[in-house]
Amino acid sequence: MHIPDGYLSPATCAALYGGAAPFWYAALRKSRKLLFTRMVPMISVFAAFSFVIMMFNIPIPGGTTAHAVGVGIASIVLGPWASILALSTALFIQAFFFGDGGVTTLGANCFNMAIVGSLVAWLVYRAVAGRSAITSSRRVVAASLAGYLAINGAALCAAIELGLQPHFFKNASGAPLYAPYPLSIAVPAIMIGHLTFVGLAELVITGGVVSYLQRANPALLRFTAPGVPMPQSKAQPAAMESAWRAARPLWTAVGLLLVLAPLGLLAAGKAWGEWSARDFQDPAARQQIARASGNVAPPAAVPTGLARLSSIWTAPFPDYSPPFVHAPAFGYILSAMFGIGVIILVAVAAGWLAARARPAPRTSARTEET
Amino acid sequence: MPRDTRKGGRGFLERTTAGFVDAMEHAFYAEQPARADGLLQHMDARVKLVGILALIVSAAAAQRLSVIAALFVVTVALAALSRVPFSLLLKRVWIAVLLFTGVIAFPAPFVTPGEVVFQLPGFGWKVTAQGLVSAGYLVLRVETAATLCVLLVLTTPWNHVLKALRVLRVPAVLVTVLGMTYRYLFLLLQNAHDMFESRRSRMVGELNGRERRKLAAASAGVLLSKTFDLSSDVYLAMQSRGYRGEVPLLDDFRARSLDWAMLAGFAAVSVAALWWGR
Repeated sequence: MHIPDGYLSPATCAALYGGAAPFWYAALRKSRKLLFTRMVPMISVFAAFSFVIMMFNIPIPGGTTAHAVGVGIASIVLGPWASILALSTALFIQAFFFGDGGVTTLGANCFNMAIVGSLVAWLVYRAVAGRSAITSSRRVVAASLAGYLAINGAALCAAIELGLQPHFFKNASGAPLYAPYPLSIAVPAIMIGHLTFVGLAELVITGGVVSYLQRANPALLRFTAPGVPMPQSKAQPAAMESAWRAARPLWTAVGLLLVLAPLGLLAAGKAWGEWSARDFQDPAARQQIARASGNVAPPAAVPTGLARLSSIWTAPFPDYSPPFVHAPAFGYILSAMFGIGVIILVAVAAGWLAARARPAPRTSARTEET
Repeated sequence: MPRDTRKGGRGFLERTTAGFVDAMEHAFYAEQPARADGLLQHMDARVKLVGILALIVSAAAAQRLSVIAALFVVTVALAALSRVPFSLLLKRVWIAVLLFTGVIAFPAPFVTPGEVVFQLPGFGWKVTAQGLVSAGYLVLRVETAATLCVLLVLTTPWNHVLKALRVLRVPAVLVTVLGMTYRYLFLLLQNAHDMFESRRSRMVGELNGRERRKLAAASAGVLLSKTFDLSSDVYLAMQSRGYRGEVPLLDDFRARSLDWAMLAGFAAVSVAALWWGR
């Protein structure tokens, strides 16, 4: 998500430097007021920490790894203002010294990751955690969600900035001067990766660190939980933690997504490109397609390829509502639950197969390999 | 040495450790060209910073491929005059950028609307002139800007780059923060590297997914606690040496005639690029 030089026009870069400046100013003032002379060493060392966290390969469910930004952790431990400063400092050193992210686009990168990320993470964490105890599992859920939403908020900002470029900046012949993909391509292309891999990495690391700190160093969580009493010094025995409990934040997140699924009902029309052969014949749907496609009229007849393909495969729940359920909203929710259930089943089955396919655990043979 | 080529498994420990070593090596070798006897090394850091930033902005603003290409040639000439080895630039910048931005720019000729130049036989994909030009803009711009930025860092000790930021009116507090971050970065990198390495040396079996995630989160948590302790120690050490919240910076740069000449040169190239690149 580090945007390099050359992807954004100078005007966009200047606007985002301008957008970031008041936040930097406020963050500097607030941090000075809160930390006094402690500010310089505190921000410096935490900026170094953010930098190192960005280099962690986070194992995510499914067997791959992804890099996280660590914006959720920084915001939960330091509060949003110091987090903005620490992350901006880390991004500066990455841009200048390690060539990760551009110099002209530094304002944009700071705006997306440091500012939007920190503020989203802090708001979500405070809202979900409420006044729960420092060691309550609700805080782990809040932290996981905060990390996931913060990184996706940052990615959405980056996607919009990149996607706006070809709409505004073209040369005389119409060739885009900077990032060449319009919003309709840039937003899905970036968001798919972040809603899945990168978001999960951030979810795992933010929730995991908060859960670890609850056991090992709860004092670090006190700053963003004002008015919540500190736990007694006798820590809970670590053995109490079962597999179910460790995975609970993930299940809660899935449950939340299920609850949020009906939000799809509020969206007007259909997702761009998800038209069925029938929609090409219905005048109301045709009008909707044209509107969504920048007033380009859809072809008069059903495209032959679509007509041919659509007859091959009929999903068990066409248009997301099972035939025996007549209230469409109820059917939509049921379909969402069924879909998520199938995904979980497939994941569990894949994990089981992978565990079976793996040879019996070798404990001593490994060191002989070269 | 045991090597695990499987994805996951112990791979994540190894890959993370390798990343730490890379970063430390990068920093270790970064200042080597800064000691060479070349044009950019002789220049005042402030002039160099302002001049190179001006060139980067011109490369970002130019709207003609030929002008961006000319700026790239100027950059390569600067590298040659500063005795920065091309093999280093090739490895660190040119190929790395081509791999990353090249992949991103690759679909552009096919999806950008415009005049069709030719059609890929078999697939029916149409390549447009506008798309090709657009991909060219992206790759050339990124190559030029990245090379300029690397040249600045390779030919200037990092603390000089930071001090030169004062010319751009960056507050002294932030300059100090940047300098201290850079210093403690390597301490924490070393710390994290040692943690992962010692964990790896005590492991004989394989970890499952849940254990791997737990290990990653716990390592980050331990590092966070260490960070917090470190910041307290640093603060006490600063206080005991008389720190009261103000940061004086030694500003001992002196511009000579070469610097003024080079500043004029940078300004001329930037203005020319902005003029011709309109």
